[in-house]
Amino acid sequence: MLNRYPLWKYLLILVVSLLSLVYAAPNLYIPDPAIQVSGSSSGTVIDAALLAKIETTLKDGNIEYFGAETNGKSALVRFRKDEDQMPARKRIQQALGDEYVVALNKASTSPAWLTRMGAVPMKLGLDLAGGVHFVLEVDTASAVEKRQTMTADEFKEKLRKEKIRYSSINNTASNTIVARFKTAEFRDQAIEELRKNSPQQLFVKPNSEPNPEEFTFTSTLSEAAVKEIEDYAVSQNLQTLRNRVNELGVSEPIVQKQGRNRIIVELAGVQDPAEAKRVIGKTANLEFHMEALPDAMVSSKEQFNWRNEAEQRRNGPAWLEKQIVVTGDQVTDARSGFDPESNGQKVDITLDSLGGTKMNLATRNNIGRRQGILFIEYKNHTEYVTNAQGEQIEKNTQYIERKIISLATVQSALGVKFQITGLNGPGEASELALLLRAGALAAPMFFVEERTIGPSLGKENIRKGVTSCIWALAMVSLFMVVFYRVFGLFANVALTINVFMLVMVLSLFGATLTLPGIAAIVLTMGMAVDANVLIYARIREEIKNGASPQQAIHTGFERAFITILDANLTTFIVGFILFAIGTGPVKGFAITLCIGLATSLFTSVMISRAMANLVYGKRKNLQKISI
Amino acid sequence: MSQDEKYIDFMSIRKYTSGISIVVTIAAIISIATFGFKLGLDFTGGTQLQLSLDRPADLPKIYHVLEEEKLRGPNAVIFGAETEVMVRTQDLMKDKGQEQVAAEVAKLGEGASLKSVVQPSRDQVGFANVLVISNVTPQKVLQSNIFDEARFGKVDITASGADTHVAIEHPLERIYSQYLQGKIAEATQAKIEVRSSEEVGPQIGEELFNSGGLGILCAFALVFLYVAVQFQWKFSLGAIVSLLHDTIVTLGVFALFQWDFDLTVLAAILALIGYSINDTIVIFDRIRENFRKLRKQDALTIVNISMTQTLARSIMTSMTVFLVMVVLFLFGGELLAGFSKAMLVGVVIGTYSSIYIAANTTVALGISKEDLMPRPKEGEGSEVDIAP
Repeated sequence: MLNRYPLWKYLLILVVSLLSLVYAAPNLYIPDPAIQVSGSSSGTVIDAALLAKIETTLKDGNIEYFGAETNGKSALVRFRKDEDQMPARKRIQQALGDEYVVALNKASTSPAWLTRMGAVPMKLGLDLAGGVHFVLEVDTASAVEKRQTMTADEFKEKLRKEKIRYSSINNTASNTIVARFKTAEFRDQAIEELRKNSPQQLFVKPNSEPNPEEFTFTSTLSEAAVKEIEDYAVSQNLQTLRNRVNELGVSEPIVQKQGRNRIIVELAGVQDPAEAKRVIGKTANLEFHMEALPDAMVSSKEQFNWRNEAEQRRNGPAWLEKQIVVTGDQVTDARSGFDPESNGQKVDITLDSLGGTKMNLATRNNIGRRQGILFIEYKNHTEYVTNAQGEQIEKNTQYIERKIISLATVQSALGVKFQITGLNGPGEASELALLLRAGALAAPMFFVEERTIGPSLGKENIRKGVTSCIWALAMVSLFMVVFYRVFGLFANVALTINVFMLVMVLSLFGATLTLPGIAAIVLTMGMAVDANVLIYARIREEIKNGASPQQAIHTGFERAFITILDANLTTFIVGFILFAIGTGPVKGFAITLCIGLATSLFTSVMISRAMANLVYGKRKNLQKISI
Repeated sequence: MSQDEKYIDFMSIRKYTSGISIVVTIAAIISIATFGFKLGLDFTGGTQLQLSLDRPADLPKIYHVLEEEKLRGPNAVIFGAETEVMVRTQDLMKDKGQEQVAAEVAKLGEGASLKSVVQPSRDQVGFANVLVISNVTPQKVLQSNIFDEARFGKVDITASGADTHVAIEHPLERIYSQYLQGKIAEATQAKIEVRSSEEVGPQIGEELFNSGGLGILCAFALVFLYVAVQFQWKFSLGAIVSLLHDTIVTLGVFALFQWDFDLTVLAAILALIGYSINDTIVIFDRIRENFRKLRKQDALTIVNISMTQTLARSIMTSMTVFLVMVVLFLFGGELLAGFSKAMLVGVVIGTYSSIYIAANTTVALGISKEDLMPRPKEGEGSEVDIAP
């Protein structure tokens, strides 16, 4: 039998189609506007009592809500109307105060069984959801420069220690360290000595010295080392930004690396870019202080609490000197690890050379005293004030919070590199390292792009996109039925399943749907039927050439496949390039297009064939087919 | 298949079509060279505000405001509905804000100037910018009252060495943007709501240009390679010439009508290359098949036969893509209009070029049966049972 599929093929198609329907389904459920309440520090518990308080607040304000729930870490309240979301947030924030982060959110309405199966809707891009979008550029060049300046200082220190005399060692504008010596011997010794500890530096001796009395060498960073420094600077800034953005109380903020040295920040629902920029611009900082001596004057010391509440209960507040030893800017690296000597956890800290000198000065005569590290955060305080028009307006003030994250005894005079030991477990060590690193940006950043999309615009874009998709599907379907009759219907079934499959794959990948993404879906609909058109044109040709209908269906599908594959592969290549060069929405377009091509290969070949087989395959004396 | 296949003699007019193609391509290049592109914000950098007015927008008045404020590359267009306006300039609001404040500071006294704008220090919490002003004392700045709270928010004036530092709560870009909106509202007597605002730094555009150009070149190179491997290099050349034609002519149309050229149009151009090559490959595929099958006919006849056989399909596919793009143009809104326009133009040109340029070039290069005889490895490639 020519046009029979084995049972497993039908089953496979059935299963794939059903899965597509199920996993695309969550996108059909429009989420409820909601408010999410969580603690501003990780330890805060959101219990039933707090939930009751939220509910009372909403009832007092005559705001209609439903589905209030809490999972211990955060509470969620849903609303019937979008307009209720903002006033509700205002009221709840007022009632709960700064201890809690009150964020606008979208609560999923898809049935629990779908969520349990891991079926989640696509995320909406900012052009559809509304919000602010920033692109920050990390000034990686300055990070490289900072490193080379430090290296020059390290070279000097090392040579002094080894008693190799040099005239000067400086970092120049092109990040090349130039070292000058009085004799060739000193220079050669220096290179030999420095090479041991600086595998990342490339040392070069000039062929001829311009000044016969002077012997020089230059040292530059290897390409790989520069790349590594740049990557570190970007990922470090990324981490710091994430910490900051979390303070804004936005649900699911996006903080992503883009290209070599850019970072994208997308905050759905935020409408005031100025406020967001102020918060992003401020980073947390660190200060190292010596613990105050018991007899120190009150004016020279200050009392601080611990950041960690367990520590606070155990040790209580501590008095630190007001004098700052070093600040977070001078911390270049902090890593947690295992300390074989104390058989416990440790954090290795590296300071820059200036910081090292200051640390040495402060600790060499204070061995046995304790040194504290303060973590300084910039927090937001939201107040509601009534303005002249009698409207309540949100007024944000920022304040500084300083808390202790470490208080350790100085065992010896410290320098550029030292460690904090005696930490309780790897968790504590890695958290301390993270906080130390979060202290400062590894390199300065500046805003290169800023986009704000109003919520009404986003809704309008969704409406336009959905309308376009529906009309495109309708028009193509009509067109196919008019020209290919029953086979056109087969193609339409395949096309519809293709759209579901495309949406399923995008949802499962966690892709973000943007307006250009919708354009790609529409374009895919137009291009996906091409495979069917190719096949049907072949079938018609075969019939014209005198083949029996059964034979024609068979040959048509077989012959066209090579062409379909060839043609789709080239389009796929172009889509891939678009993905590689594109940013943001264009990337989304490319992904959608490529996935659409891949799924259409399956649907228009397999599914429409299966339908043809089901309808025509069993008839032995098939005389005529409707094509 | 019979050897005396009926066919439409496409190739008989190939001299004329070649002539037309060359003329159109040259016209497109001239159009690009003389008019240039009306580049979107992504490429030029600058600021774009989508404003919603409570009455039909008076474009000349809005444009007049932009000109009066000496904004570079000013532009104001109706966006979707007649109450929606897209205002665009190549200036960044931040720079204009700085300019404005600098002019006001200069009036404070002899030698007074705004030296620079810096980030607030760690202790200046809640401020957006710090203005460094030289040759004016803090007292004088305070007395002058130029930093009023309605405009700048909270203000903190301190002395720092010889300079005066003024920390302001509202960032400069916001100050200027609101000033501009105020001016537009005043001129049009309308209430204004900002629906979206975008600011793009100048460094982004240049990179986009480079990566966009690189992308198009990469696409050409890979398509060339793919076709050379799957078919033969003469086909590759034909495909590339037709792709070049499609790209140049579509770009030429955008330059001629001064349609906005933004990021989505760039995406459309690449998608178009994908679409056009798809169309070309289908025809090539048939030519290859027929070269192997119809051994008696000459190259021109075979191309004609292949073209005739694939004509129905070419038209159908172009129609469906054309159809969905019309839908997108009608319902997709202003943001996708550029995309659908590029695709609409490109689909028409792409279909034409697949027939009259790709195949034409291949014939002109002297394609022969020997070029396409199945290589041993491929065997009867097109007969192999790959289909499910």
